[in-house]
Amino acid sequence: MNKLFRPSLIGLGVMGAALLQGACSIQPWVKPYERDRLADPIMSWDRDAISGAYLDHIYDSREGSRGATGTAGGGCGCN
Amino acid sequence: MMRTLPFRTRARLVATTALLIVGVAGAAVLPDDRADVFYSDYKGGGMDITGKSVLVRKKFTEQFAVEANYFIDTVSGASVDVLSQASVIKDERKQKSLSFDYIHDKTQYNLAYTNSTERDYISNTTHFALSQDMFGDLTTVSLGFTDSRNKVGENNGTAFKPNVAWLGTARSRSFEGGLSQVVTKNLIAGATFEVITDQGLLSNPYRSIRYVSATPSGYSLGSQIYPNTHTSTAIEGRAKYYLPYRAAASASYRYFTDTWAVRAHTIELGYTQPISNLWILEGRLRFYKQSHASFYSDLFPFAGSQNFEARDQNLAASTNTTVGVKATYAFLPDGWKIFKRGTVTGDVSRMRFKYNDFRDIRDFQPPTYTGPVGDEPLYQFNATVYQIYISMFF
Repeated sequence: MNKLFRPSLIGLGVMGAALLQGACSIQPWVKPYERDRLADPIMSWDRDAISGAYLDHIYDSREGSRGATGTAGGGCGCN
Repeated sequence: MMRTLPFRTRARLVATTALLIVGVAGAAVLPDDRADVFYSDYKGGGMDITGKSVLVRKKFTEQFAVEANYFIDTVSGASVDVLSQASVIKDERKQKSLSFDYIHDKTQYNLAYTNSTERDYISNTTHFALSQDMFGDLTTVSLGFTDSRNKVGENNGTAFKPNVAWLGTARSRSFEGGLSQVVTKNLIAGATFEVITDQGLLSNPYRSIRYVSATPSGYSLGSQIYPNTHTSTAIEGRAKYYLPYRAAASASYRYFTDTWAVRAHTIELGYTQPISNLWILEGRLRFYKQSHASFYSDLFPFAGSQNFEARDQNLAASTNTTVGVKATYAFLPDGWKIFKRGTVTGDVSRMRFKYNDFRDIRDFQPPTYTGPVGDEPLYQFNATVYQIYISMFF
């Protein structure tokens, strides 16, 4: 291995360890008793599974793109 | 009838929804038991599709739940490219899925199987996902894998007297990663990354290329030739904010790219407003734009002018916009027998699709159309989607 890279790798390792150490000591900044608003049904991404999947299926069947919506369908509706 | 792009299982929705609920609530819990009856109607682009569905979700313990879903689509009519070949479709798609959720400590596992059957297309999909709460339950990380095996056919008979020839198979595999993050007590954000790779027969046999020829119309139709591999990458970021009064606003953006040179951008905006404890009203806007695939053309100079040739409107450069409204009414607030409560929901979406390089050769044919070939008006259409469903929670 090129010597020039060694300090960088060591530095990355130290940074990674520091991050992990920091992550382990992260305190929840939103306490459980402060999450009532987030738990309100109006904050749900998609309250109705069938409806969300159905609309995504319509787009999937008519567009060239797909994926990363968390939803999907089956079959076509493309003819 | 078949779809151009391979299937993905609807069960991922269940997994993701559950994951987000877990993320928001801050404790690994399964969603409420529920039963849904669903009806939809899609009208647009020469097609009329009605959908009916039943979904039941039941917790057997606080750690284990099962969900079953049956969906049936009935399609009549045909879109512009099929109509241009004087073929009318009447078909049915039946989809059955079974999904299992299991929670252990702060980890949730989901396993799902979906079978979808049409006269000329059969798909079997298996999905596995897991999600993990961390950092004081403010963060939920999820990973998912989907494997879909599809059998592709073509109906050479009529709508009422089918004669299906099985042409080949297609396999699709999806790898998905997601992150859901509680940012403040009013804001939740998320990101999803997904890579899908396909192999096999990936073209739609009902769609054709057209090329210049010495015929009265000035063109002839021929078979599409697709690569037999395809890999796509999509990444989506989203956020939802609880407003100072009881209402929520949301926004999301998705970027898509694939090995066929299609690039797409999707933006969605939403607003949710409850009225007392009985009504929830929602409005949404969606904007979509994509470029065409590298081997797409509306009119080829001659057949075989390229290694790969497509004239599938899904691969054309296009834009579409959607305006949607939804109203949910809660009934049985005090419960009834085994049911804790119920809701009825109505949803209407109006969509407008516009193509930048896909021309309408259905409505503009000789002798009524006298312009030069390849200069027909660009295709566009509107569609309206109605949904109504009843959900009972128990």
